[in-house]
Amino acid sequence: MTEYLIKNGFVFDPVLKLKGEKADVAIRDGKIVETTEVKKPKVIDASGMTVMAGGVEIHAHIAGPKVNSGRIFRPEDKLFNTVPVKKNMRAQGGFSIPTTYKTGYAYAQLGYTTAMEAAMPPLFARHVHEEMRDTPILDEGAYPVFGNNWFVLEYIKNREVENTAAYIAWLLRATKGYAVKSVNPGGTEAWGWGLNCLQVNDPVPYFDVTPDEITRGLIEANEYLGLPHSLHIHGNNLGNPGNYTTTLDTLKAASGQKAKNKFGRETILHHTHVQFHSYGGDKWANFESKAREIIDYINKHKNITADVGFVTLDETTTMTADGPFEYHLSQLNHLKWVNADVELETAAGVVPYVYSPDIFVCGVQWAIGLEIALLAKDPMRVFISTDHPNAGPFTRYPRILKWLMSAKAREEQIKAFKQSDKVVNSSEIAGIDRELDLYEVAAMTRAGPAKCLGLSHLYGSLKPGVDGDVAVYDFNPEKEHTPDQIEKAFSSVKYLFKRGEKIIDNHEIVSHGNKRTLWVDVKVNENLQVMRDIQEKFMKYYTVTLGNYEVHGRHFIPNPFALEVDATR
Amino acid sequence: MTKTVTDVICPFCGTLCDDIEVVLSDDGKKILEVVNACAIGAQKFHHAMAEDRPKKPRMKQPDGTYKEVSYDEAVEYTAQMLANAKKPLLYGWSSTSCEADSIGNEITELCGGCVDNTAAVCHGTTLIALQDVGVPSCTLGEVRNRADRIIYWGCNPAHAHPRHMSRYSIFPRGFFTGKGSQSRKVIVVDPRVTDTAKLADYHYQVEQGRDYELLQAFRTALKGEWLPDTVAGIPKEKIYEGAEVMKSGRFGIIFFGMGVTQSLSKNHNIDAAICLTKELNTYTKFTIMPMRGHYNVTGHGEVLGWQYGFPYSVDISRGYARYNPGDTSTIDLLLRGEVDAFFSIATDPGAHFPIDAVRRISELPSVAVDPFITPTTEVSKLHVPVAFVGIEVGGNAYRMDNVPIDCRKVIDPPEGVLTDEQFLERVLKRIRELKGVK
Amino acid sequence: MSTVTLVAKAKPQLFLEMESVTPDAFAGKKASDIAELPVYEGNTTLRLADFFEVRGDGGTTAADTKIVIKGDATRLKYVGMRMTAGEIEVEGSIDQYVGAWMEGGRIHVHGNTDAFTGVGMKGGEILIDGNAGNYLGAAYRGDWRGMQGGRIHVKGNAGSDIGYYMNGGTIVVEGDVDVHVGSHMDGGRIVIKGNAKSKVGGQMVTGEIFILGTLEVMMPGFIYRKDVDIEVEGVNGKFALFEGDTAERHPKKKGQTVYGRLYLKV
Ligand SMILES: [Zn+2]
Repeated sequence: MTEYLIKNGFVFDPVLKLKGEKADVAIRDGKIVETTEVKKPKVIDASGMTVMAGGVEIHAHIAGPKVNSGRIFRPEDKLFNTVPVKKNMRAQGGFSIPTTYKTGYAYAQLGYTTAMEAAMPPLFARHVHEEMRDTPILDEGAYPVFGNNWFVLEYIKNREVENTAAYIAWLLRATKGYAVKSVNPGGTEAWGWGLNCLQVNDPVPYFDVTPDEITRGLIEANEYLGLPHSLHIHGNNLGNPGNYTTTLDTLKAASGQKAKNKFGRETILHHTHVQFHSYGGDKWANFESKAREIIDYINKHKNITADVGFVTLDETTTMTADGPFEYHLSQLNHLKWVNADVELETAAGVVPYVYSPDIFVCGVQWAIGLEIALLAKDPMRVFISTDHPNAGPFTRYPRILKWLMSAKAREEQIKAFKQSDKVVNSSEIAGIDRELDLYEVAAMTRAGPAKCLGLSHLYGSLKPGVDGDVAVYDFNPEKEHTPDQIEKAFSSVKYLFKRGEKIIDNHEIVSHGNKRTLWVDVKVNENLQVMRDIQEKFMKYYTVTLGNYEVHGRHFIPNPFALEVDATR
Repeated sequence: MTKTVTDVICPFCGTLCDDIEVVLSDDGKKILEVVNACAIGAQKFHHAMAEDRPKKPRMKQPDGTYKEVSYDEAVEYTAQMLANAKKPLLYGWSSTSCEADSIGNEITELCGGCVDNTAAVCHGTTLIALQDVGVPSCTLGEVRNRADRIIYWGCNPAHAHPRHMSRYSIFPRGFFTGKGSQSRKVIVVDPRVTDTAKLADYHYQVEQGRDYELLQAFRTALKGEWLPDTVAGIPKEKIYEGAEVMKSGRFGIIFFGMGVTQSLSKNHNIDAAICLTKELNTYTKFTIMPMRGHYNVTGHGEVLGWQYGFPYSVDISRGYARYNPGDTSTIDLLLRGEVDAFFSIATDPGAHFPIDAVRRISELPSVAVDPFITPTTEVSKLHVPVAFVGIEVGGNAYRMDNVPIDCRKVIDPPEGVLTDEQFLERVLKRIRELKGVK
Repeated sequence: MSTVTLVAKAKPQLFLEMESVTPDAFAGKKASDIAELPVYEGNTTLRLADFFEVRGDGGTTAADTKIVIKGDATRLKYVGMRMTAGEIEVEGSIDQYVGAWMEGGRIHVHGNTDAFTGVGMKGGEILIDGNAGNYLGAAYRGDWRGMQGGRIHVKGNAGSDIGYYMNGGTIVVEGDVDVHVGSHMDGGRIVIKGNAKSKVGGQMVTGEIFILGTLEVMMPGFIYRKDVDIEVEGVNGKFALFEGDTAERHPKKKGQTVYGRLYLKV
């Protein structure tokens, strides 16, 4: 493999504590190495440019059944939004729900080299894997959803942590999944009857267990197994005025518990897209930001991480395993609605949404996202996301950086709101003058997510020994920039390396790389009880046989990369 | 000793039963018995054993007879035809694997052609409707475990999807439906007294072509609004009563078929049925699902979906994907004279298309890929026989509720016969050479 | 106004995609530059000059550019697509997508148009002396924002699905129409001077449909309100006013539910 030496760039790396110092980065055999270890490298002149590790996406909806439902039911999302076949590139299309090829290229162009699909319905795991296979360049993993799974509900109700853990281990293997995801715990099962669990103590119909118990039970099982990532939760009551108290209740489930794993992860609960969960008021008319209440709690509790879910003020497509939420949303905006309940496991909904700068609530949602990031004290625990495509497409990350790095850019946007005064009065965004620097950005987009995912041995920094994932931006941090120059510079990397291979050369995609599928292979003690339960549920309630459930084979996972965990006792 | 293969997936209809057991001869070469499958499914497996299956590609001669050619010649003819056309149409894909579908899409993209599946003549209208109003649906296991209101509208599963009612809808005992059929009310809407209609608690004999009016009338009735005395030949009292039956359940589902997707109003029928389902969710839980025909027509739509963003009738002639049935749909492309080469695989347009469209195929350079001799192969210039997907080669398929199931190989194909994937891979490779791309 | 005349001189084997034929694209160009504009036949890119003789230069702006198409235009698609100003005159019949997503200006077709005429139209005017095909002034697939404004006038008959998801503007058909008129309509006005079959105003939210001829079957969700004397498109008369579609959700204005209005000539 070609050796590379990326010379003279301004390097930002929270792991190496490099805050824009000029340094060289060397790559050999797919890994970052000491600069003395390359013999005849190809030299990339990065002088006057910004160098970071490849970006790590911790939460996006980019592959699988609900993403594809979004694509299929929105032909208008592709209208005048396509890119024809080019050299080294397949055809691309779609704005809010890009095709798989566009997804891979677009992330790469932003300097990202790894992405996690945030919600995989286990029964549809094959579909998720087929789409990941067709998403070039990126290493990807997917989080199977557990928070409404009948096995989990029953084991947790009976306080059987070993059984919960054994089932998780079995399902991660069957689906080739990466982490334990929980979406609207209990509420989505209730949606099977058209109901919901809005508060953490609302019992799940028939199963007689509460969202709070589910969350605590899943954290306990996750740490019992010592998985790379923590429990990844989308709490109850998403999107409703006044929901911040529910969010605080959800976060409390983590209190007093400690991380146990060999992957360097120090946190035990990741709350995703907290922007959607930080709402005050009790109706849309008095809707207001409670970002401070939420981020203060996260700042104080070092065992919690979060990603933001920034609203980008675009027309987009919402999609989540929170089935009742999407129904509720379709009743509010009267647009088309897809719902897909999945036997014994989960559900999903998809609804288009227009975040209009003319609408007061959308303006406040925009402010809340930025407040969370700007009030965060530890950028290694609060990450950048748009909950793609829910709050906006990930392709808007450069615009978010512009808002985070420039108070002037925020001021301009506030002025552009139709109900500017109302937005300012219902949030504290106008009073925040903090501007993030690239060191903090590197933490929020690379080092932080990698650590939280238990992947800091592979990604997130430029420390010798990790993968050769490097992004070089044509951005000189020592110079002054207008807001739009910031957005432009981070929209298209000059160079990108993935596992030591050059993917982007002078802004052009030159290779599809050799992407891997990340999954977690957990060994547990033999558990006859759980195996009997699995056999029984497949016999009686599933409509596929147990023999046809597990995903395997090159068609689905051409290039697997398993993180091994030994949880036998 | 015979050998039994279990968990076999039936490559017939969109029900995609995956509990078939196939008994093989000692040498594993012959299918002796097929257990659990419906009559049509079992016949599919036995059909693979037919002695008279062609084992070599056949090229049509000027005098109308066929001459056996090698696979190399077949690859060359196909690649040349596709690479040289200004707008080739690659149609079918519904009875083969997603693996093959994916290669086919890449060929289409590389050649600048159009790609379409059999939805174009069955549930394409359903897809149009769900693009307009969405679709609240679920997996079949949800129906089995929860549903107490089952509606079959414009479809006759007793004949077209024989195990549908017993595996998923009317009869099974699920988690919350321990009493099986006793806990369920069944409504059938069909102008004819079908075998399915005979099982129904309520049969609505709608006037031909008036499903749209009846569906809208159910929606009106749900809201308690005024109705004329009869709609679509049904007295209004019956309509109010039906609306009440739907509302009063705990979990309902509407299954619908070609009786509404291809009769007058087409997508509008489905649109109204979906809107009815949506509104029922203000009273209870309700879902709706198309009775997809070919076992993997759903799968080809999914693959097209993630690769191009549209589920059928995709025009990639200009290097990017466009979609608009009426323009980019197969029958329109053929009848309007928009395409200059026709490739069909894993379906039989010769048997299902309007006669003018079939005539048009016969006038074009054409290739048909199919394990057997069919009406389509007989109007095509080249017939390429292949292995039977789901029996002689495995591969992924999507059930009518979008659940992906990996089909199994049960026996070897006849010696020397390629699979769809192998043939397509070779065509793709040759086209790359012809176009000078890597 | 400068006129650019395109005289058909060769027939394509398949169809030609001609979205480059708009006053916007021609403005500021000499005839020789216009002749070099791309047209597409399937996967092949050709020049306008390969099929047309180009006479005359474009005006300085779209607004002062007129395009005249002479000869057989029945295999031309997308003419006038997304145009914002100026004029196009087609002396014969033309194929699909004439004036699709048009924003302004005027198109006059002397013969017939095929499907998707004025699809997704935002403004401007389309006049068709002959018949129009299906999906006249309809929304693009999946879009809940159909025709927003402008005017389409058909002197002959029109096909099915006219004014699908219409939100504004006017469609006038002097002849007869096929099924599904103004489905999901939410604003705008459709006037049918001839006869309609059935499925008129199905799932209509707001807006107006006038039928001056006969209607074979009324949708069940329309309720007769009263007879009214009005003038529409130069015709005075008594109309029976129906409101619907009651199956659909309707907005409220000042406490009153607003319905779609269907006027039948008495
Ligand atoms: Zn999410």
